Amino acid sequence: MQIKSPQLVNLLFILFFAAALPVGNMLGIVSINTISLWGRYFCFAIAALGIDLIWGFTGIMSMCQAFFFCLGGYCIGMHLLLTATAIQGQKLPDFMVWNNITSLPTFWEPFHGFVPTLLLCVVIPALIALIIGFFIFRSRIKGVYMAIITQALALGMYLLFLRNETKLGGTNGLTNFKTVLGYDLNASSVKLGLYLVSLAMLCLAYAGCRKIVESKFGKILQAIRDSESRVGYTSYRVLNYKLTVFVVAALLGGLAGMLYVPQTGIITPGRMSVTASVEMLMWVALGGRGKLKGAIIGTLLVNCLYSVCTSLFPEGWLFILGLLYVLTVLYFQKGFLGLFETMGNKIGTTLKRKPAGLNPTS
Amino acid sequence: MLLEVNNLAVSFGGVRALDLKHFSLEDKELRVIIGPNGAGKSTFMDILCGKTKPNTGEIRFNGKPTNGLTEVEIAKLGIGRKFQKPSVFPSLTVFDNMSIAAKMKKGVFTSLFFKASPAFTDKIHAMAKRVGLSNVLHQLAGSLSHGQKQWLEIAIVVLQDPRLLLIDEPAAGMSDKETEKTGELLLELSKQHGVIVIEHDMHFVKQIANKLVSVLVNGKLLMEGAFEEVRNDQRVIDCYLGRANAQLEILSV
Repeated sequence: MQIKSPQLVNLLFILFFAAALPVGNMLGIVSINTISLWGRYFCFAIAALGIDLIWGFTGIMSMCQAFFFCLGGYCIGMHLLLTATAIQGQKLPDFMVWNNITSLPTFWEPFHGFVPTLLLCVVIPALIALIIGFFIFRSRIKGVYMAIITQALALGMYLLFLRNETKLGGTNGLTNFKTVLGYDLNASSVKLGLYLVSLAMLCLAYAGCRKIVESKFGKILQAIRDSESRVGYTSYRVLNYKLTVFVVAALLGGLAGMLYVPQTGIITPGRMSVTASVEMLMWVALGGRGKLKGAIIGTLLVNCLYSVCTSLFPEGWLFILGLLYVLTVLYFQKGFLGLFETMGNKIGTTLKRKPAGLNPTS
Repeated sequence: MLLEVNNLAVSFGGVRALDLKHFSLEDKELRVIIGPNGAGKSTFMDILCGKTKPNTGEIRFNGKPTNGLTEVEIAKLGIGRKFQKPSVFPSLTVFDNMSIAAKMKKGVFTSLFFKASPAFTDKIHAMAKRVGLSNVLHQLAGSLSHGQKQWLEIAIVVLQDPRLLLIDEPAAGMSDKETEKTGELLLELSKQHGVIVIEHDMHFVKQIANKLVSVLVNGKLLMEGAFEEVRNDQRVIDCYLGRANAQLEILSV
């Protein structure tokens, strides 16, 4: 059986993270914290896939993806907090008691059940994206105006979630989770399990996105990026297409947030600040826009770098990120992935040339 | 009548760009519109395809009024537009460009689960052959020459199978040979579709004007007639063909 090189790369990726890292952990080489860290990166990568769909393929710069990520996170956070409260034998989460809330707010009720919570984690972001997207795209808001309006939305939502009156924990967010489905969140095996689930979901999300971009639908998304008016004159309702991709991106964001929070143990409004959304865009830009793998590679590399840099020289991280961004814009617009490809091609051609080098006339 | 236009007017910031009392086109007629720069030719097409909204006036396509419809609805009724500046999808292959355009259901779910049937692929190949793009079918549209992009856009418009084709300066940037080929293509298309062509190149107009030529000047219809009739009309010569001389005369007075 012939394996093509992209498939080989995918296989190596999965083998390394699904087998090598867990085995390393069992042998005591890789700490469970490192595993958990990668689990969180995978969540970011899922959200980044959504960003790549809407920004890289469709050319719509949405700057509120971190908000959708947090919606998913808050949904699962509410469920985890409710179960933790029940274990401690209390009626209400601590922060509600401190804020003189006497009974559980109605919108918290659906989050008692695990399955309804999982559904809500993706349905709520998708629904909100549907409503916001409908009005934005119907008004034919494009380009930089789209970026500004989504950024304003992200800021507005951030301010809303900061308030205690929102009954979602204000500045402190939701934390002090204990268990998920009865399993202790602090146990190594649970952490490993969540890591593997995140990896599996990333692979599924990648496969799904791959299907989308390779379908005719995906071609139309790229056509919208190239020439939106031509798509309209070819009798496609551009609004429906943009709306669909916006909803899918939000859905992926929600899914990512849902997987992220049990592994981190906390969700605060800080995660949905404007800078958080901008950072997410940078992962995709640095990795390589318009290439699904680019989004994943960018996310993993930048976050890896973030972890290393912040422990070595905490003050310097933003400068490093900025420098990377400037370099990307100036010298390798296709991102890390483009860089790897060029390097791969160069190595490939030099390898091929070597035999020809024996003949000086050629 | 395929197309009937009455009292159509549009102004941009106080400038009357178009003031058309009457214009009509029969089914399967090829009409050429000529006129100096700023005569309102492209504006007329913009209104017909829904890009620009007229201030007043009535357009009836196939007996149905098109006023107030969006460009998507107008495209669905069967009006296809080729723009002056080639408007194709540069980051998709020529094949994908054409398959996006081809007539079919264009909803989100249809597109998600679309699978090209052999008949569909054949249709694309046939069209590629017709516009001479067979050998570049799997290249990116962005890598095509200007003339090839023009043909690709014509193919995109024709594949929608519209009843009326609006073709804006198809020969711009083409060599003489390419221009002639384009002319043949347009004449062939007019056997199945109504076609309106805007053009400046008089050789090209002579080649394709098989019935009537309309002359627009300052947003108004100056005259309509056969090519020879138009070319020999003194008003047309003054306003358009002899524009440079007319300007010189004004200067020398």
